[in-house]
Amino acid sequence: MAGTDVVMAGFGGQGLMAIGKILAKAAMDEGLQVTWLPSYGPEMRGGTANCVVVIDDQPIGSPVVRQAHAAIVMNKQSIDKFEPTLVDHGLLVINTSLIDRRAERGDLRTVYVAANEVAESEGSGKAANMVMLGAYVGATGIVSPKAVEYAIAKTFEEKPKAAESSVRAFRRGYAAAQGQPS
Amino acid sequence: MAGQRLLMKGTEAIAEAAIRAGCHHFFGYPITPQTEIPEYMSVRLPPLGGTYLQAESEVAAINMLYGAGGAGVRVMTSSSSPGVALMSEGFSYLVGAEVPAVIVNIMRGGPGLGNIAPAQGDYLEMTRGFGHGDMHAIVLAPSTVQEAVDVMGLAFDLADEYRNPVVVIGDGLLGQMMEPVSFPDTEPKVFDKPWATTGKAKSRPRNITNSLYLDADQLEAHVRDLDVKFQRMDVEQRAECWMTDDHPEIVIVAYGTMARIAKTAIRQLRAKGLSVGLYRPITAWPFPSRALEPLVEPTRAFLTVEMSLGQLVQDIRAQVGRRRPVSFYGRAGGVVPTVEEIISQVELLHASLAAA
Repeated sequence: MAGTDVVMAGFGGQGLMAIGKILAKAAMDEGLQVTWLPSYGPEMRGGTANCVVVIDDQPIGSPVVRQAHAAIVMNKQSIDKFEPTLVDHGLLVINTSLIDRRAERGDLRTVYVAANEVAESEGSGKAANMVMLGAYVGATGIVSPKAVEYAIAKTFEEKPKAAESSVRAFRRGYAAAQGQPS
Repeated sequence: MAGQRLLMKGTEAIAEAAIRAGCHHFFGYPITPQTEIPEYMSVRLPPLGGTYLQAESEVAAINMLYGAGGAGVRVMTSSSSPGVALMSEGFSYLVGAEVPAVIVNIMRGGPGLGNIAPAQGDYLEMTRGFGHGDMHAIVLAPSTVQEAVDVMGLAFDLADEYRNPVVVIGDGLLGQMMEPVSFPDTEPKVFDKPWATTGKAKSRPRNITNSLYLDADQLEAHVRDLDVKFQRMDVEQRAECWMTDDHPEIVIVAYGTMARIAKTAIRQLRAKGLSVGLYRPITAWPFPSRALEPLVEPTRAFLTVEMSLGQLVQDIRAQVGRRRPVSFYGRAGGVVPTVEEIISQVELLHASLAAA
């Protein structure tokens, strides 16, 4: 495989760090090399939070990515910040629940998903991040959905209800991405 | 858990590796970007019957290491650049009194309070002894989270073997990133410590942990003894030479996180047909000159890349001298040189060699 990377960005508290770790664990469990790096600058409460996951089948050099292959954006500030930085023909996964605009660049592959509404319909508004992760995995096939679901189960080992709603939200996002990116 | 791959943050992996190396005593003071080390220790050490203590300052913490190490237990602290700087005086006491301990420095942007972003600006401070008086300490510089795990056990062994503190340096990226790691399935080495202050029977004289020698001749004799020990440490040189077997035209020199970024650049440069390799010090002190020397003749030019404005490059220039050109590229203040920046520096260097 060619190495890839994804930046995941939104408000602090939307669970971007968590889905980054879940993706990283899924990749590790599939025998791939992976790095997860949080933005750890002095951020304000309610400010933006992001992390970068790099996945490869050979040892990873830089965990820092200036031009990512993909971005998962969960709020307006994040699409404004990261859309311009993606590589040509990169992938942008957009949370339409909180972002009221389309991608401005014509070259990008895009997946639009109303993550908050979808998560609420699955019984947990908190799982909007899992919908976004599902959409990313569905659009890229970078890891198997089974590996992600296992990583979710491990993450919520002591909260089986949260695990169940997270897996359902992940599957909805995964399904939403099937055939959608253009 | 041994052998199994776990996804861990660099800081937490360092802490876990230290515990597995038999370190059950930690003293420190929080500072970003390494606070997860004390945090992890605060959870893990009390149930093991060890000590986790948040000191009132870094100055206090290093002196607690002096006491615990003097009593013969494996002990460590961790901090970041300005916090580590505060430990310099106590560090020299450890060296003077021959007390083993491990100090982890997860470097951040400086000088001064600087910022909390990753940097390598403490190289000279760490490798020139990091303390007053004639002194040295082994400095280990891991490049990945796995290597950070691997060097922690080594750090404690070297500290006990030489009765001298050992420094482990990383940068904010190594501390904050998560990577898969596995822990070695080995029991920590146990060293006999007849010098430790653990209480005594009447049959032997008292053990004293001390670095004060008021008599000049006595102190000189002590410093000369220490110096013999520092020279013995030269056998601990460690370095990685990567993609250098085919005698590349250009050798990049980098350590820590910078070296792994350089590896990505080298793969891409080689794909473009350029002949490039890497020389990576793993011991920042003793400087691994024996691994560098065979590279000097076959290499046309060296390029040192650092997250500083030029510190390791001084050691490279000292050894390479006028035999080969040594150029430098660095970013400071917490800015990390990118793969693209390294590639463009190598391409410029290659073009200048072709024109010459």
